[in-house]
Amino acid sequence: MKVVEMMGITKEFPGIKANENVSFHLNKGEILALVGENGAGKSTLMNILYGLYQPESGEIYIQEKPVVIKDPNTAISLGIGMVHQHFMLIPPLTVTENIILGSEPVDGGIFINIDKASRKVKDISEQYGLKIDPFARIESISVGMQQRVEILKTLYRGAEILILDEPTAVLTPQEIKELFTIMRVLIEKGKSIIIITHKLDEVKEISDRIVVLRHGKIMGEALTSEVSTSQIASMMVGRDVVFRIKKETIEPGEVVLDVHNVTACDDRGLPALQGITFNVRAGEIVGIAGVDGNGQTELVEAITGLRSVKSGKISLKGKEITNLPPRKIIETGLGHIPEDRHKRGLVLNFSVAENFVLMEYYKSPFAKWINLSYRAINDFAQKLIGRFDVRTPGKETLVRSLSGGNQQKIIIAREIVRNPNILIASQPTRGLDVGAIEFVQENLLEQRRNGKAILLVSLELEEIMNLSDRILVIYEGSIVGEVSGEEATRDKIGIMMTGVKGEEEKGEKCVGAETVLPFVQNDEL
Amino acid sequence: MNILDIFTWSLLTVTITKAIPLIYAGIGGLYSERSGVVNICLEGIMLAGAFSAVVCTHFTGNLWFGLAGAIIAGTFMGLLHGVLSITFKVNQIVGGTAINIFAAGATEYLIPIVFGKPGATPPLAFTFERQDFFLSKYFLIYMAFLLVGLTHIFLYKTSYGLRVRAVGEHPKAADTVGINVYLTRYLCVIMSGIFAAIGGAYLSIGESGLFSKGMTANRGFIALAALIFGKWTPLGTLGACLFFGFCDNLQSTLQGRVPIPSEFMLMIPYVLTIVAIAGVVGRSRPPASSGVPYDPSER
Ligand SMILES: Nc1ncnc2c1ncn2[C@@H]1O[C@H](COP(=O)(O)OP(=O)(O)OP(=O)(O)O)[C@@H](O)[C@H]1O
Ligand SMILES: [Mg+2]
Repeated sequence: MKVVEMMGITKEFPGIKANENVSFHLNKGEILALVGENGAGKSTLMNILYGLYQPESGEIYIQEKPVVIKDPNTAISLGIGMVHQHFMLIPPLTVTENIILGSEPVDGGIFINIDKASRKVKDISEQYGLKIDPFARIESISVGMQQRVEILKTLYRGAEILILDEPTAVLTPQEIKELFTIMRVLIEKGKSIIIITHKLDEVKEISDRIVVLRHGKIMGEALTSEVSTSQIASMMVGRDVVFRIKKETIEPGEVVLDVHNVTACDDRGLPALQGITFNVRAGEIVGIAGVDGNGQTELVEAITGLRSVKSGKISLKGKEITNLPPRKIIETGLGHIPEDRHKRGLVLNFSVAENFVLMEYYKSPFAKWINLSYRAINDFAQKLIGRFDVRTPGKETLVRSLSGGNQQKIIIAREIVRNPNILIASQPTRGLDVGAIEFVQENLLEQRRNGKAILLVSLELEEIMNLSDRILVIYEGSIVGEVSGEEATRDKIGIMMTGVKGEEEKGEKCVGAETVLPFVQNDEL
Repeated sequence: MNILDIFTWSLLTVTITKAIPLIYAGIGGLYSERSGVVNICLEGIMLAGAFSAVVCTHFTGNLWFGLAGAIIAGTFMGLLHGVLSITFKVNQIVGGTAINIFAAGATEYLIPIVFGKPGATPPLAFTFERQDFFLSKYFLIYMAFLLVGLTHIFLYKTSYGLRVRAVGEHPKAADTVGINVYLTRYLCVIMSGIFAAIGGAYLSIGESGLFSKGMTANRGFIALAALIFGKWTPLGTLGACLFFGFCDNLQSTLQGRVPIPSEFMLMIPYVLTIVAIAGVVGRSRPPASSGVPYDPSER
């Protein structure tokens, strides 16, 4: 039976057709993967199904009956639940409060029966194997658990059809495994799922059927078992995608970035970096691998001048930059692709063109005395939009309205054209589609070819191993090991990521291997 | 003089009476801010409430109609702030300031038109102060404490309270579970107007028996400070209001008796508020979306 059928859906935003005559269906008990480039219109389509946007035209059938979904309430009552790309949880409220919000069990019409609520939450969580702590506050739990809360939220409302919009983008490999287990349980219990993801091996692993969207139109659909990842990729992008990029050997030059014995604290004032020492040479990509939250964020912030260094020394091309103001550091030739593009990389309410000159707006030709020269800024923007293939209705469009992937491209373009001596790239491909990932990685290699130094921080081991000449493993604020790019294997790095020192690796392997198993398995799938 | 002399029974009662208008306005502000609308126009709403209460009492001869007049004025003022900041997404500080200026101007302008003499209305024949039965001003005092308790229960024990908190923190999330963000905010801002106006009425028909221009004397802003100092919780706000009432009272008691200029005592609430916001006395964090208009189509 078709539990969902969308027919001829068209949705326009100012200057862009996000969906154009889109038709697809979801069968009962099926996991359908919705894939496509950044900005292809996947989230838009799902938001329409969830009643957040109204389409200009098209029909929707739920359980084979025609419906009009005018708001999320209607969607919920039709048994549709959605886990959004950006979580819709309220940080200071508890897990239970977040789950019951809007459909609270009440006594006397208004008083929340918190016992009944938490019992019900517990029941559902046990039934589907979603482990949570009902009384913890959202702000104090891991991203993985937040996601389980999101799923519970939909189940609590009796969802039969689940939409998961890029659920794995922010999860660790271990959490992704757990999510997939949960999804299989859900299917077993008769639910149907639509999942959006950019990671094609995940598509292969979890889905039954694939629908590909490009430029807002359906490009085709296929049974997962009948297509290869490269076929899916080329359907998405419209051309062949190279997965393993070639990297020529380059003899590294002089030391560009030198980090010596640096310590720093995290936001809570606890030590986050405990004496980090390493360097990056010209023509070299150094990768920093590690489990999220082991000091990567603080390290990048310390280097870029966004966090004060407590002790130690950082120098760039022999010039000390420790604790200098960020602009001074930038002017010494540093480029920064920050991990959180909304917080650090972009001014969402500025136009595309303005965001392109955030680093240089005060210099000629963009500034003339106290005025900005919009002609120069616009010309510059037009060039970058073309060269980096940013999908935007225009250079005056607010960055807020672009899709995540295209927002990322703006940052990358801005940082790369400045041609910095050292480029700090933190999670540069998070949330990007395969085509865009390839594009970004090629650009990083291009920088390397031009004799620039690159520090790559990423949670994706695959990416680190593909690109890096040397890999440093960070654990609890210290570098615990180093391997060269050629010698790196997932196992080797995975073990070090749990805190086992590189040198002691052989003796301790068994101990470490146990905890790290999930990473290894994930690789093999 | 014995320093203990100042801690008398009258100090307690006067502290409470000084705190009452602050409590009404502070709790009013709490409804609005917890739903995500900054309410800087408490001052103006208090003025409007104080004035309407006097006008209605004067013409009907009935204090209850006076109170009803304040409530109607508060509803109107709250609605006005709601239209500006929710529907038209005007900057909430600017909109609120405009309402403050409007209220100050309108009340001053209307005094001579209604009563024939500028500056202040003639004293009323009745005030809550001068009645003896349960029609005393104690009614409004007990109601203030009751209001704090009910607000606490509403906010933390009821489903609607949970929704208000959700809307103030993350309206988009509330929207995705089917909560009407606009309606919630409108109702809260209107509640805010009603309570602040009752606070104003307490000053006019409750205590002084007349209305004079600018008679709220910045109590709306002090109430806002109390709300912040009380970390946006009903009980915290109550505590802060009592404390600010105490400072106000202490200031007049100590005047001339200690070599500290009374102006410094008057500054205490504001200094403390700044200290509280700066995070010295624990963290005081406003509702996350407070001051940010909600636009459902924004991503
Ligand atoms: N609220 C909005 N206002 C204006 N334009 C929008 C809005 N939402 C989406 N768009 C535009 O519609 C297009 C499709 O966006 P959508 O978010 O659906 O893409 P996506 O396929 O989910 O991409 P990604 O993989 O990057 O999340 C984009 O070009 C985007 O700029
Ligand atoms: Mg999306």
